[in-house]
Amino acid sequence: MSVLVIVLAVVVSLAVGLALGYFLPPHGFRPHRNRSEPVRRILLPFTGQELSRRAFEAAIRLAQAENATIMPAFLARVPRTLPLDAPLPKACAFGMPLLEGIEQKALAHGVAVDSRISRGRTYRDALQRLLDEESFDRVIVSADANPRSGLPHDDLEWLIERVPAEVVIIRPREPIAA
Amino acid sequence: VSTVPSPGDTRGRLKVFLGMAAGVGKTYRMLQDGKAELENGHDVVIGLLETHGRQDTARVAQGIPMLPRRRVLYRETVLEDLDLPGVLARKPELALIDELAHTNAPGLEHEKRYEDVEDIVADGIDVATTLNVQHLESLNDRVAELSGVRVRETIPDAILGKADEVVLIDVTPEALLERLREGKVYPRERIDAALNNFFRIENLTALREIALRQVAEEVEAKRLTTELVGLRHESIADTAPQAVGERLLALVEPYPGAQRLVRRAWRSAQRLNGPLDLLWVKAPGAKLDEEQERALQALQRLASVLGAQLLVEESDQVPETIAEVVEQRGSTYILMGAARPARGIARLRTPLPQRLMELLPGVDVRMVADRAKRR
Repeated sequence: MSVLVIVLAVVVSLAVGLALGYFLPPHGFRPHRNRSEPVRRILLPFTGQELSRRAFEAAIRLAQAENATIMPAFLARVPRTLPLDAPLPKACAFGMPLLEGIEQKALAHGVAVDSRISRGRTYRDALQRLLDEESFDRVIVSADANPRSGLPHDDLEWLIERVPAEVVIIRPREPIAA
Repeated sequence: VSTVPSPGDTRGRLKVFLGMAAGVGKTYRMLQDGKAELENGHDVVIGLLETHGRQDTARVAQGIPMLPRRRVLYRETVLEDLDLPGVLARKPELALIDELAHTNAPGLEHEKRYEDVEDIVADGIDVATTLNVQHLESLNDRVAELSGVRVRETIPDAILGKADEVVLIDVTPEALLERLREGKVYPRERIDAALNNFFRIENLTALREIALRQVAEEVEAKRLTTELVGLRHESIADTAPQAVGERLLALVEPYPGAQRLVRRAWRSAQRLNGPLDLLWVKAPGAKLDEEQERALQALQRLASVLGAQLLVEESDQVPETIAEVVEQRGSTYILMGAARPARGIARLRTPLPQRLMELLPGVDVRMVADRAKRR
């Protein structure tokens, strides 16, 4: 009798252990976001080797407040001498480190990131393609005549007319360097 | 870079003078070499020479017999080109043929001059020729992106791979610009346009780096060929570059974090100067949700802009499928993100990195960490 009880206890303990092992999240593993919860997206397009620090901080604050994902998008211009779908290693050599930096900083703030690269003949063209392919709830852009750090004013006007989302325009002061 | 001909090998030898741009002195050096051979009692002829009006080049060519050009009438214009039958009939020991990447006039034996040169070498005649690095097919897009100038006349990289000797003619960008300003490269009326377009210091610096890298790769490939085989008739030149070059394979899944892995893999590929493939081993019949679809499209776009290839294989034998792809693609380097910790019975399985190292001895496996978690 006592042997049977011991065997049963061992079997039950094993079953409980296996069940716990299966269902409990392992140590250090971050659980997925609840899939039924709609993901809000904040688009943060940038064009060069710099991104406005204020635009980035605004995106982080909004993402934290709304439990949103930020979508930093590197807009790359394709020279006329190349086909539109040509690889752009030189442009990527500039854009990638900044994209990496944005992701690391955002993740350090606990904000989810889903990056993009969009190509076009002009920055506006690249942005247009991104608008056609992706959906998001807000766009945060910095205004600057210098294409290294922001979008020129006519592109911003075009963006406000075109994008079906809230557009937040930030005047840049301190850029995040690549 | 050179290889040793084997006894009984009837093919001629191909020597390519490679440079970063026009005006570095490729033709001049080819002619100097030809002249030295002539003075040593060899039968040398100029098959085709383009002096572009450069006095120094014309001067060094003096004394070397020159074959007449072949004249072709095309749309009421007379075009002049290399006379392939003339070179083959003359059968010199060495033919000097300028501008290997040139496109022939319509109606000749071959469309491209390098095809003429292949015929001449196959006939047992040595050929010395000139080439700018941007004419290599694989570098054409890269050079076009760097310089904004697309070169239409290209040759397959394999032609350079087949050369018995590649001589890099190198000058500093500053020296080349000085030569250009002195009118030693182009006539006076073309200097300003050249300086404002192609001949900019940043272009020339980048092109010089490309040329140096190209020759360094050739050196490594030839060294391996010589070490392993030693004789040209048994050359493994076609396979050597694969053996010495790196090819990277990044294992991805359609989720946003995969892009970080791809970017890191791409940067490694840039440093190693090797191509990058991305592989997703998809569970058979797996349906993607909206978020995964979106992530997959983003990965495809990222791969395209980086010049990488995204491969999707459907299988539930993940390590074996990866090993197959590695074999097929000739990958030397696998990059993967940290796997999600296994649950339940899966904890008893050998982890994927260890399994890959067992299946693929000789292939590097690298776990890519998340830099954001670094303390």
